Amino acid sequence: MGESAEPVLEVTGLVKHYPLTRGTVFGKRTGAVRAVDGVSFSLARGETLGIVGESGCGKSTVAKLLVSLERPTAGRIRYRGEDITRLSGRALKAVRRNIQMVFQDPYTSLDPRMTVGDIVGEPYEIHPEAAPRGDRRRRVRELLDVVGLSPEHINRYPHQFSGGQRQRIGIARGLALRPEVIVADEPVSALDVSVQAQVVNLLERLQSEFGLSYVFIAHDLSVVRHISDRVGVMYLGRLAETGTDTEIYDHPTHPYTQALLSAVPVPDPGARERRERIILAGEVPSPAAPPSGCRFRTRCWKARERCAVEEPELAVPVALASRGPAAHPSACHFAEE
Amino acid sequence: MLLEVRDLSVEFRTRDGIARAVNGVGFGVDAGETLAVLGESGSGKSVTAQAVMGILDTPPARISAGEVLFRGRDLLTLPEERRRGIRGAEMAMIFQDALSSLNPVLSVGAQLGEMFTVHRGMSRKRARAKAIELMDRVGIPAAEDRAGDYPHQFSGGMRQRVMIAMALALEPALIIADEPTTALDVTVQAQIMDLLAELRRELDTALILITHDLGVVADAADRIAVMYAGRIVETAPVRALYKAPAHPYTRGLLDSVPRLDRKGRELYAIKGLPPNPLRVPSGCAFHPRCPVARDICRTDEPPLFDAGEGRHSACHFWRETLDG
Repeated sequence: MGESAEPVLEVTGLVKHYPLTRGTVFGKRTGAVRAVDGVSFSLARGETLGIVGESGCGKSTVAKLLVSLERPTAGRIRYRGEDITRLSGRALKAVRRNIQMVFQDPYTSLDPRMTVGDIVGEPYEIHPEAAPRGDRRRRVRELLDVVGLSPEHINRYPHQFSGGQRQRIGIARGLALRPEVIVADEPVSALDVSVQAQVVNLLERLQSEFGLSYVFIAHDLSVVRHISDRVGVMYLGRLAETGTDTEIYDHPTHPYTQALLSAVPVPDPGARERRERIILAGEVPSPAAPPSGCRFRTRCWKARERCAVEEPELAVPVALASRGPAAHPSACHFAEE
Repeated sequence: MLLEVRDLSVEFRTRDGIARAVNGVGFGVDAGETLAVLGESGSGKSVTAQAVMGILDTPPARISAGEVLFRGRDLLTLPEERRRGIRGAEMAMIFQDALSSLNPVLSVGAQLGEMFTVHRGMSRKRARAKAIELMDRVGIPAAEDRAGDYPHQFSGGMRQRVMIAMALALEPALIIADEPTTALDVTVQAQIMDLLAELRRELDTALILITHDLGVVADAADRIAVMYAGRIVETAPVRALYKAPAHPYTRGLLDSVPRLDRKGRELYAIKGLPPNPLRVPSGCAFHPRCPVARDICRTDEPPLFDAGEGRHSACHFWRETLDG
């Protein structure tokens, strides 16, 4: 994948700062939470880009920016070559049709007073041109069938469904407008293991059926490896490392990725003695006051003076350029396999 | 045996009828051992833990049968006053959500100190010193300065450390941890699980680890009990179970987890949904979702068969499941 000429999405230098203010009447600006602070990536047609990171790394803010729920402070998001960050009105609406979102929590993201038919069909109210009125019911039934729900249940309410089924409803709604891109923010993390597999398989089937491109955002590194073609690791508002699933999981070169991967408990008791766990010291610094230079340096066992003064670029490290799968972008001055 | 639970059943009275949340559950824990109780939501794992700990809300819950033998005494027949003395001192619990389990209006140092003033009759001053010592021991930086802080002033990981400190304060023989790291980021989870393991080794504490995470179990447990629809469907030493499960549900779970260390093909998905506790299927509760179910599974509830080498499986066809 990735050989097609033009990416569906191209993100460059994306920044989102939330101002911090003091005082309720004359809110004085005292600083900013730098939730996303210079993120670039591209998404090819039919590809799945996984974005992993821990809470507060900015991954969910990236999701909101991609679907235009938030406006970036700086940077560009190009959809099929067109910058969508400055769009408004009708042009923005047209783009939104093509980039849809699936949310994490199937319990709070569905209106409890609407029937499943109304929820899944709601996008047609906002984008009436997508389906003629007389045809919508039929389309909703079709969508329910596509995601593995019974079309007979079109008049039921969300509370009559289990968590996994509700997530299917959310996915059906996301598909209603036949988007090209689906941004899924933790779509399976609220689900039980046995149900999670059903939904992951569904997402994969829909991707090949409809040629969808996914941005799959999650904290579960195993799920992300399973579903992604390429992976970006985020830390404190920036990408620390990007690469194919093999490059990231089998040949990580950024210390943060290495620590993150080593911390994941593997369902194999035999691996207990073999594994070398890197236990990170301390906690993630506040995004309102990220460390100078490399943001990870305060917790990094490799950090040297240079890391405090010079922010590392996300690029293929020169020393690793000829090292096969280790040669992928890594934002570390001392990247090593 | 330190703790032995026999034939425990817990019911919940609801508007729609009686939900049998725990149905004839039995297991034992030796001193210093770690037993993982694994299950999905609604399997009864947390209710079992709360019944053992004696913190179930009754009503709506009712313990309808069973014994909880702790050091030989049946806790279920003890008066509440005696149980309160055992809780904290001899067995303690760690919860998933530290913020709602700690007292929000009492400083962390005061809450920890209370363990010593109430249970050990220490002076406030000595209790405070002990509290700071404990905070230090569970890796809270600048313990002395932070003892006056309130729970909300700590990060999630630090709060979980506070809760571990509370649980270990009186050096109990048994700790029950209900999803202790589920709300935490993976690097913090690793810190917390390491801390728990280290302190347990030091104090030779037994641990019942309630979790849904097969990775956490593989990392931390000696033995495992898998629960489904209020029953234990399989128990085994951890290594044996991961190598060759003797129950189709366990097999399904293991096959449905994506792996970090290799790129899998399509995930195996257990069909259907876990049952509603108000309407548990007849016979084996897993039969509507089971790939090997036959007629007998719909009619006869399987007992826990002894599968040898410390393994038990509640499957009529455990032998062929074990053979793969």
